Amino acid sequence: MANHKGVLVCGEIADGKLAPITIELLGVGRKLADELTEELCILLMGGKTGGLDKEAIAYGADQVYVAEDSLLDGYNSDAYTQVTANLCQEVLPSIMLLGHTDVGCDLAPRLNARLGGGLAMDCMGLSIDPATKVLVSTRPIFGGNAYATVLSKLARPQMATLRQKTVPPAERNDARQGQVIPVENKIDPSGLKVKVIDRIKEEVEGVKLEDAEVVVAGGRGIGSAQNFEMIRELARVLGGSVGATRPPCDEGWTPVMVQIGQSGKVVSPKLYIAVALSGAMSHIVGCLGSKVIVAINKDPEANIFSVAHLGIVADFKEVLPALTSKFKELLPTQK
Amino acid sequence: MHTIVCIKQVLDPEIPPAKFKIDPEGKKVIPPPGVPPVISVFDERAVEAACRLKDKHKGKITVISMGPGKVADVIKHAIAMGADDGFVLQDPAFENLDSFGTAYVLGKAIQKIGGYDLVLCGRYSADWNNGQVGSILAEILGISVVTSACDIEAVDKKLRVKRILKDGYEVLEAPMPSLITVSGEIGLPRLPAGMRLMIASKKQIPVWKAQDIGAEPSALDKANAHLEVTGLSVPARKTECEFVTGNTPGEAADNLALKLVKLM
Ligand SMILES: Cc1cc2nc3c(=O)[nH]c(=O)nc-3n(C[C@H](O)[C@H](O)[C@H](O)COP(=O)(O)OP(=O)(O)OC[C@H]3O[C@@H](n4cnc5c(N)ncnc54)[C@H](O)[C@@H]3O)c2cc1C
Ligand SMILES: Nc1ncnc2c1ncn2[C@@H]1O[C@H](COP(=O)(O)O)[C@@H](O)[C@H]1O
Repeated sequence: MANHKGVLVCGEIADGKLAPITIELLGVGRKLADELTEELCILLMGGKTGGLDKEAIAYGADQVYVAEDSLLDGYNSDAYTQVTANLCQEVLPSIMLLGHTDVGCDLAPRLNARLGGGLAMDCMGLSIDPATKVLVSTRPIFGGNAYATVLSKLARPQMATLRQKTVPPAERNDARQGQVIPVENKIDPSGLKVKVIDRIKEEVEGVKLEDAEVVVAGGRGIGSAQNFEMIRELARVLGGSVGATRPPCDEGWTPVMVQIGQSGKVVSPKLYIAVALSGAMSHIVGCLGSKVIVAINKDPEANIFSVAHLGIVADFKEVLPALTSKFKELLPTQK
Repeated sequence: MHTIVCIKQVLDPEIPPAKFKIDPEGKKVIPPPGVPPVISVFDERAVEAACRLKDKHKGKITVISMGPGKVADVIKHAIAMGADDGFVLQDPAFENLDSFGTAYVLGKAIQKIGGYDLVLCGRYSADWNNGQVGSILAEILGISVVTSACDIEAVDKKLRVKRILKDGYEVLEAPMPSLITVSGEIGLPRLPAGMRLMIASKKQIPVWKAQDIGAEPSALDKANAHLEVTGLSVPARKTECEFVTGNTPGEAADNLALKLVKLM
């Protein structure tokens, strides 16, 4: 355990750039490393990682491990696990940070299973205990109904996946110096048991949910695919996106891709209009970052009113048509 | 085809947030009185996935659940859905284990059951939302793992798995046996009905203790825990909701639109 030193970030590359979560991880990783007076390293994996090593240094890394291999072009669970585990066994980081993303959610537990460390998933806060120098992670449990702080007294590495957009991104400084170290370890093809056959992008009509300034979300109370059209209409008039709780996705009233919440997407629009949904924590955690939350629900006791800024207690069927036509009148530039 | 499904019994996650109480000292969640525990959401969907495979390819489903109290209830629920056999893993030494300890116990039981083509887990449990037991269990069993499946098919002695992604899905091919963790997008679980409820209510569910599965005390020693919970709290939320009214719901809607337009 005394041999384990430093913070290692597992980087992610998206569209040829460092993914936003990776820059956030470098930010929080830098703080943790400074508190321990240890180094911050990052591992970059890909078919080609061209130029991103310099970026990572500018964002705070002291050392950049670069693993380039055609087998690492796009996420391959077996290959990424192998490379990362091998590097960890060599570098022996004390702390290992990943994003709570499609990649991190798969890779972190597999890696931890192999390394025997202590892993906290979906963390919203990471700090060093001043007395023991141990990593303290804060994570929601029960879908956000409570928060737990967890730590690992003995097991190393201390691992965490960080929820996206919970810490500010690292500040860029192009004058920073760092070291680039190629990872020589060749991938053992006999360890690649699961084959990636295809990767399919599902386009959802309109603005991308995560980027939308307005989200209109419907819940179980909407009652049918047909009624859901009212949600779509309001979203269209506001130039926003459609979201949903789990039941409409389960029932097929909307594509599953628009589910918002703990097991769906996290959005932070300027305006979130929640219609006929009760406000279960596992839904709310997906929209708490919204600037203004509006709730329309016929039950005045619904939990959604405890997080909403504005609300109407009524049947949505009597509210939405009027709301939509009033917006049409007030926002003449929008179709 | 023999599928083993690991199912966990949890405090009903659908209790209203206002009823959610914790014991910060004991670092435990206090179940509200009169609310029966349930099968964890994704585990129920894992049972559904197993049932769909059985509908198509025949074979057998075994479910296992580790936990205190009446975990046999969730096993009976799975049997009523379509599972054939179930085992309860219960021993004071199994209480409050971390993910490694849990996976160790499940692994021992699965090795005792043997002869499986597929092991299914939930993507994460509905109580502590850890999301790790499946991956550790696969490592212990020495089999491949695919996480967050939204569809599973068996084709030519291989598993074709769709893994849900934020903006789509990927299609993977995994060998048999493999461990797959199931995500919600696999779809709604079937409702137990008729004969199956009868079968489930009559079924004897064996209980296995540590010694029955050959679990070593050292592997269950909490002093060796990989992760420890040191604090528990309930977040304080106090947004003041301004209720917008009118003589009719339509008028309230007009007033709401007028307020919102100012903010936009
Ligand atoms: C592990 C786990 C993960 C989960 N992940 C997610 C997730 O990512 N996203 C998610 O959304 N959920 C998730 N859930 C489910 C979540 O806990 C709730 O079950 C779900 O959000 C409830 O959806 P709802 O509010 O639409 O339905 P309900 O809770 O049934 O609420 C329906 C609401 O509609 C209102 N209503 C009904 N009719 C009308 C009407 N005519 N006019 C106005 N109001 C009306 C009712 O008053 C009620 O408040 C998860 C659960 C678990 C256990
Ligand atoms: N006590 C348990 N008994 C049976 N299966 C479990 C138990 N704990 C966890 N699992 C399985 O592991 C999955 C992930 O759990 P977790 O890593 O705790 O979130 C669950 O969805 C179950 O399939």
